[in-house]
Amino acid sequence: MNTAEVLVDKPVGEPAMQLQDVTVAFAGRKAVRNVSFDAHEGEITALIGPSGSGKTTLLRALNRMHDTVRSASVTGSVKLGPTDVYANSTDATLLRSRVGMVFQRPNPFPTMSIYENTVAGLKFNGVRKKALLDEAAESALIAAALWDSVRDRLKAHASTLSGGEQQRLCIARALAVEPEVLLMDEPTSALDPIATKRIEELVGELKHRVTIIIVTHNMQQAMRVSDRCAFLLMAEDKAGELIEFGPTARLFSEPSDPRTLDYVNGRFG
Amino acid sequence: MTTLAFDTSIDPILERRRRIQSEAAASLGRRKVYSRIALGICWVFLGIAVVPLIAVVAYVVIKGLPAWNVDFFTKSTVPEGIPGGGVWNAIVGTAIIGAVATAASVPIGLLCGLFLAESDGRIAAAIRFSADVMTGVPSITIGIFGYIAIVKNTGHFSGLAGAFAIGIIMVPIIMRAGETAIRGVPLHLNEAALALGARRATVAGRVVIPAALPGIITGVLLAVARGLGETAPLLLTIFGNQFLQWNPTKPIEALPLVIYNNSSQPYADLIQVAWGAALLLVVVVLVLSIGSRVLAHVLQREKR
Amino acid sequence: MAVNTAESPLLGGARRGGRLALPNSVYRALLAVVAAVFVGLVAWFLISLIVQAKPAFSTLGFSWIVQKVWNPSHNQFGLLPFILGTIETTAIALVLAVPIGLGTALALAYLVPHRLRPGLSTAVELLAAVPSVVYGLWGLIVLAPLCREYLEPFLSSAFGWTGLFNGPNQGVGLLLAGIILFVMILPTMVAISRDVLAVVPEEQVEGATALGATRWQVLRKVVVPGARTGLLGAFTLATGRALGETVAVALVIGNSPFIAHSIKSPAATLPSLIVNNFGEATGTELSALFGAGLVLLVIGVAVNALARVLVRSTARDSTASAASVAVA
Repeated sequence: MNTAEVLVDKPVGEPAMQLQDVTVAFAGRKAVRNVSFDAHEGEITALIGPSGSGKTTLLRALNRMHDTVRSASVTGSVKLGPTDVYANSTDATLLRSRVGMVFQRPNPFPTMSIYENTVAGLKFNGVRKKALLDEAAESALIAAALWDSVRDRLKAHASTLSGGEQQRLCIARALAVEPEVLLMDEPTSALDPIATKRIEELVGELKHRVTIIIVTHNMQQAMRVSDRCAFLLMAEDKAGELIEFGPTARLFSEPSDPRTLDYVNGRFG
Repeated sequence: MTTLAFDTSIDPILERRRRIQSEAAASLGRRKVYSRIALGICWVFLGIAVVPLIAVVAYVVIKGLPAWNVDFFTKSTVPEGIPGGGVWNAIVGTAIIGAVATAASVPIGLLCGLFLAESDGRIAAAIRFSADVMTGVPSITIGIFGYIAIVKNTGHFSGLAGAFAIGIIMVPIIMRAGETAIRGVPLHLNEAALALGARRATVAGRVVIPAALPGIITGVLLAVARGLGETAPLLLTIFGNQFLQWNPTKPIEALPLVIYNNSSQPYADLIQVAWGAALLLVVVVLVLSIGSRVLAHVLQREKR
Repeated sequence: MAVNTAESPLLGGARRGGRLALPNSVYRALLAVVAAVFVGLVAWFLISLIVQAKPAFSTLGFSWIVQKVWNPSHNQFGLLPFILGTIETTAIALVLAVPIGLGTALALAYLVPHRLRPGLSTAVELLAAVPSVVYGLWGLIVLAPLCREYLEPFLSSAFGWTGLFNGPNQGVGLLLAGIILFVMILPTMVAISRDVLAVVPEEQVEGATALGATRWQVLRKVVVPGARTGLLGAFTLATGRALGETVAVALVIGNSPFIAHSIKSPAATLPSLIVNNFGEATGTELSALFGAGLVLLVIGVAVNALARVLVRSTARDSTASAASVAVA
């Protein structure tokens, strides 16, 4: 529906997340260098590229997951709306309640029930009102297309769900906090094709609720789900660089950089 | 804008986002203070735990070292008041008990471990249960068993009775460590040898046990370390002997016994001997424990 | 695998290659015999203990176990003071060791800088190997005077109103025995707890962190619950060691055969009763000491069995269905 607009490179909404010269280094060695692009509201931005190109590293810089690694340093500027993500005044804990994350492998908390998993983020963030918890949980489970199958067994353990359902539970868990941006790190890499398809459909439906930045090494997936694509490639010094950023359809049909063309034609990676 | 069409459905979400974010912001200070206090308590507990443990080691070294001299390692115990003397009789006793207990418990423990690793039936479950019972049993009761089984039947205390009790403590440790190590041997090694037509005993001796050796050695050394430090069973079985005794069928002395008996004596020189014996015992036990790690590490690397 | 391949000429090499070239049936039989020897030993152990304790039960009846007076010269062999002493010292040790052990394990697994973790963990594991008699020696010579001069007066003045700290400050007694047990079981407890905490999957930790959890929330809500089965195992193992410890306790508890009226009182435990009276005991008293060993054994095995049941039931309702199968 928005494809026509995106083709002419006109964003649907305001920029939700803006990256300017973002560089991530571990113990001085750069893993990602000087990446700049904007992720817009109401859109899905995909990070693509061969393994080693720093997609996941870059993604984890956006909710400050590298904070826990002592040797990691992030330079450049990441902005969430008007908030400078790496400003001293920005609290990483609070930031992460605004920027959700879904991981490669489903990681529901095994000791918690389906309901407890869904509201875990809310409880971490100090929400105690039962009404708000219930409302957010129901809304998130509906949005994650899980409500109908789990509404009668919310007290069951999360481990009773299938792999695909567990991943949708993790999406619901992230959505329940009502984040502004949802980071997804190859969310279907551990799933079978049918579960993958359902997650992809789900991602498409969610973009009106939350800005999505998704890492994938599956080009078809990027084509199917994303509005805009950032193509990263490992430079000679092993640091990932942004080669090209633009509307997905254009990136795949008429890329401006020959390396992008090589990649989308499957010539390497 | 295209988003206009969704505004009505987005509204409750924006409203909820606002409420959640305000709750998150309002509780942030409290949550961070909680976190800091709780983590601080963990650090304090770490400190509380470290102090006595360091103190024990430090005291043993500081008080034990002055007791160490040539006599300490070469002379037997002398009565209180007479200068000189050492714990040679106890060193010999501990070595005899350790050697006999190890010689008896390693084959039994290892073969039982092999049996357990190769079987999953009810009998294996019963053996595993027995082993777990034996590891959970207070060592003093095993001392009682040594007394009943050996001392009472032979009519006198002896090093063998002590070795019997210590060996019984060691067997289940070796067994379970051996089982774990043997089960860790890749199945394809085992099957490749069997497919060549080798007999099970050959496969076990030539393939499985060598491959599991690092784990087995670690288990055996840990069992020996554990066995040498046991005191309670010895109190009921070897009686103690202030003279040098090489014959394991006679009452003999042992280092843990020296520590136990001397520490409650009112004489400073006897307590000094206790510290010296404690240092020796700790050194032996630590050498065995560290040695087992190093050896396992080296063997593991050689295999690659 | 029972097929006898020994006759095949092709396999001659393999057969000769083995030093232990026993036929499979003989090999299996050998293993089974050794295993049977072990089971036989365990059975012999249990039966001989019961048989030797039997005279005490037949002359004194079953009630002697819970009688209050131990006075061999009057043929009174009540075990209650020692059972209580065993439970009380263990309780003191656990009250200290559970929170401190858990906090230490959390610190070692998650708070201490990465490069210090392996060294510290190894140090703790090595301390677990230090023989208990060494802790007893240290407790008696070093800690008992400190306990008498500083700790007991302080506790008496601060918590005297509870009535738990009546009586003179003697150093040795229930309190010191409990403290020594605490120090003694701490390394084991920390080593196992640290291991089970550290194996909680990194992705669980990251999942919680990414939701906006503080560090403590991650530990409290995800790591500790995720490791609870193993933690329970660690606590139970420590309990078993504390209940059965003999020499460290015997050296510092004061060995009084009366029911303690205060945490500072000298007391005795079942194991300390056995070692202290074994030398001179004959007849019914000796049998009563064997009976005390039997009671101790029953308590020890019961604690172990309880742990297994707990571990199995918690494993069942968590994800680790594979683990529960393994335990079962």
